[in-house]
Amino acid sequence: MIKLTIDNIPIEVEEGTTILQAARKIGGKVVPPAMCYYSKLKGSGGKCRTCLVKVAKSSAKDPRPMPKLVASCSTPVQDGMVVENLTSPEVVEARKGVVEFLLLNHPLDCPVCDQAGECDLQDLSYGFGMEQTTTEEERREFNETDIGPFIKLHMNRCILCYRCVYTADQLTGNRLHGVLYRGDAAEIGTFIKNSIENDFSGNMIDVCPVGALTDRTFRFKSRVWFLKPMNAHRECTKCSGKVTAWMFGNEIYRITGRKDQFGEVESFICNECRFEKKDPDAWIIEGPRQISRKSVISVNHYETLKKPSVIRPIEGRMESTD
Amino acid sequence: MAGSVLLTNIEVPGIRDFAVYRAHGGYQAVEKALRSMTPSDVSAEVTRSGLRGRGGAGFPTGLKWSFLDKRSDKPRYLVCNADESEPGTFKDRYLMQHLPHRLIEGLIISAYALGAGTCYIYIRGEFKYLVGILEKAINETHRNGFLGSDILGSGFSLNIFVHPGAGAYICGEETALLESLEGKRGNPRIKPPFPAFRGLYGCPTVVNNVETLAAVGPIISMGGDAYARIGKGRSTGTKLISACGNINKPGVYEIEMGLPVEEFIYGDRYCGGIRNGKYLKAVIPGGSSVPILPADLILSTAKGEPRLMTYESLAEGDFATGSMLGSGGFIVFDEDACIVRNTWNLTRFYRHESCGQCSPCREGTAWMEKILYRIEHGGGTLKDIDLLVRIARNIEGNTICPLGDAAAWPVASAIRHFRQEFEEHVTDPGKCRNQRTN
Repeated sequence: MIKLTIDNIPIEVEEGTTILQAARKIGGKVVPPAMCYYSKLKGSGGKCRTCLVKVAKSSAKDPRPMPKLVASCSTPVQDGMVVENLTSPEVVEARKGVVEFLLLNHPLDCPVCDQAGECDLQDLSYGFGMEQTTTEEERREFNETDIGPFIKLHMNRCILCYRCVYTADQLTGNRLHGVLYRGDAAEIGTFIKNSIENDFSGNMIDVCPVGALTDRTFRFKSRVWFLKPMNAHRECTKCSGKVTAWMFGNEIYRITGRKDQFGEVESFICNECRFEKKDPDAWIIEGPRQISRKSVISVNHYETLKKPSVIRPIEGRMESTD
Repeated sequence: MAGSVLLTNIEVPGIRDFAVYRAHGGYQAVEKALRSMTPSDVSAEVTRSGLRGRGGAGFPTGLKWSFLDKRSDKPRYLVCNADESEPGTFKDRYLMQHLPHRLIEGLIISAYALGAGTCYIYIRGEFKYLVGILEKAINETHRNGFLGSDILGSGFSLNIFVHPGAGAYICGEETALLESLEGKRGNPRIKPPFPAFRGLYGCPTVVNNVETLAAVGPIISMGGDAYARIGKGRSTGTKLISACGNINKPGVYEIEMGLPVEEFIYGDRYCGGIRNGKYLKAVIPGGSSVPILPADLILSTAKGEPRLMTYESLAEGDFATGSMLGSGGFIVFDEDACIVRNTWNLTRFYRHESCGQCSPCREGTAWMEKILYRIEHGGGTLKDIDLLVRIARNIEGNTICPLGDAAAWPVASAIRHFRQEFEEHVTDPGKCRNQRTN
């Protein structure tokens, strides 16, 4: 086992763990934000630079600090390492810089974006963003495209985290899309207009940290915070069948994977579960999902979620408040 | 030329041919190494020579070789980085064009020292005409028994392949180069693991610059200690400097490390002074990525000592008053040059060449270019100058590969030393006769 401290909190982890994974074991505020790293996708991470941390002491053997800030998602821990995340002004400054870069070409269309309310970039800007914009340059613009029958690609919003590329590589046999061009002209695309159709393509929507890839079957149907996320499952031959059903009354508006506190799905689900089973009778509804109190999704119906005994039926609660 | 090591015999007609090169002492170093030295002897000799990476970083070559994973049972690769794309640097091209056998000789000895059975020369896409020259030289060497299996009966086998890139500056970064060589998109890899452990096709790999590898032959011929006696301090040997800009004699010069910068610029044997008798304004001493220095700081350090052509002397004073030797692309500006326009031009290059993988570089290089475009074209504000400094600081050190630093340093240094000129472009557009106001 390897001992290290992150923001003065000691933790013991196994060899080969990254700083980010170690921080996730501690949980709470010490966890650096990650826009591109996804623990279930091999090779992901290192690109967005939001998880930069300062290594004040490399290891017990070599007490020198690392010369630059390092990406915590791809730096393995060493015994005796001292990591500074929020306790280092340098890290906070660099992260603010990264958020500024990420927002530079990101449109301010949250009011019409399906991802709003569950967007990693929104959370990140809330935590580290500037109060006002510093740029007067025009943003880069692309046309919206449909990549396949179920997925909408909104390239304007993309932050090029490469997660969807890794997803297609690792879940499906034949990746049809990728990153084209380079620098600030880089874009996600299929090059020659192509339709992405395979049983697991929908997972690209779940891994997308922003609203660049959205569910065409849910587009503009509702804001996510008006819906109740419910754990549901069904017998599925292709995937685990364990999903989150986003419901309004007795209707299912959309199906997603079950996301944990770091925004990662517990298991990838198939397109049949995700896009084709919108009938509540197709599912066994287990009950409401735990949603962080801070999340905008819990604003409407979920304030009391931490004490399940006081959950009342929504209709009843509305009557009582009237 | 005194101190000529790399470019010895370059003036001999037909030196590109194997027979002529051989008749002038060529491949004797290979014979010496393979017949009388063990691979570790060769490595030790290179370590003793104090040779440092000539691609820009100046990392000791012997040390880099020693990192190679010796426990791995996978094949090892030697990759020659001939993706010379730095604006202002054109020394490798010159070397490969006129003395291809110098490089091949170095490759054979280096591969022998490293135990590599395959060597790739990753050559810049624009150097298409060099591919033929190199392949002809490789074939000749093959035919004469210095390549292929069981070279000179030593049991050591080597094949060299030339692989042209597709014209991306980023593929000069060693891990992006390996990705490209594997047939993938040329994005730099996240380190660690370093190529010495997981390089080409996941095997231990050493990537060295053309000039570094070409220097290995002469080092073995003359001995590491003799090579280390050339030069000054930790900057041993000779260095190819490609001089360009407003000078009388632009070209590639082989200099002994430790030559005073003043002599290099004004000496008749080198640049021969500033063209048309003008004054020296500024110099970018090591290729476009390194900080620019104004005339007084390039000729002498902040302490008043004369500036020398060594890794240490050029870096004296760090970035506040110093620069770097880099890859030896020596760009000279005379009094008429517009620093703002030049800086904008450089940012345009880095914007175009950023791979777009990590956010600070992708967004930052484009942002700096847009702002400098505005300043140069008369639409800038004084705030923009501070914003540029802040953007450069936010990029520097926060990216996956050094391209971010390379894009940030020229901007930060130009503003540091020539702030007034930037301010004039904002407050008095058109005063600079180079400025395009429209």
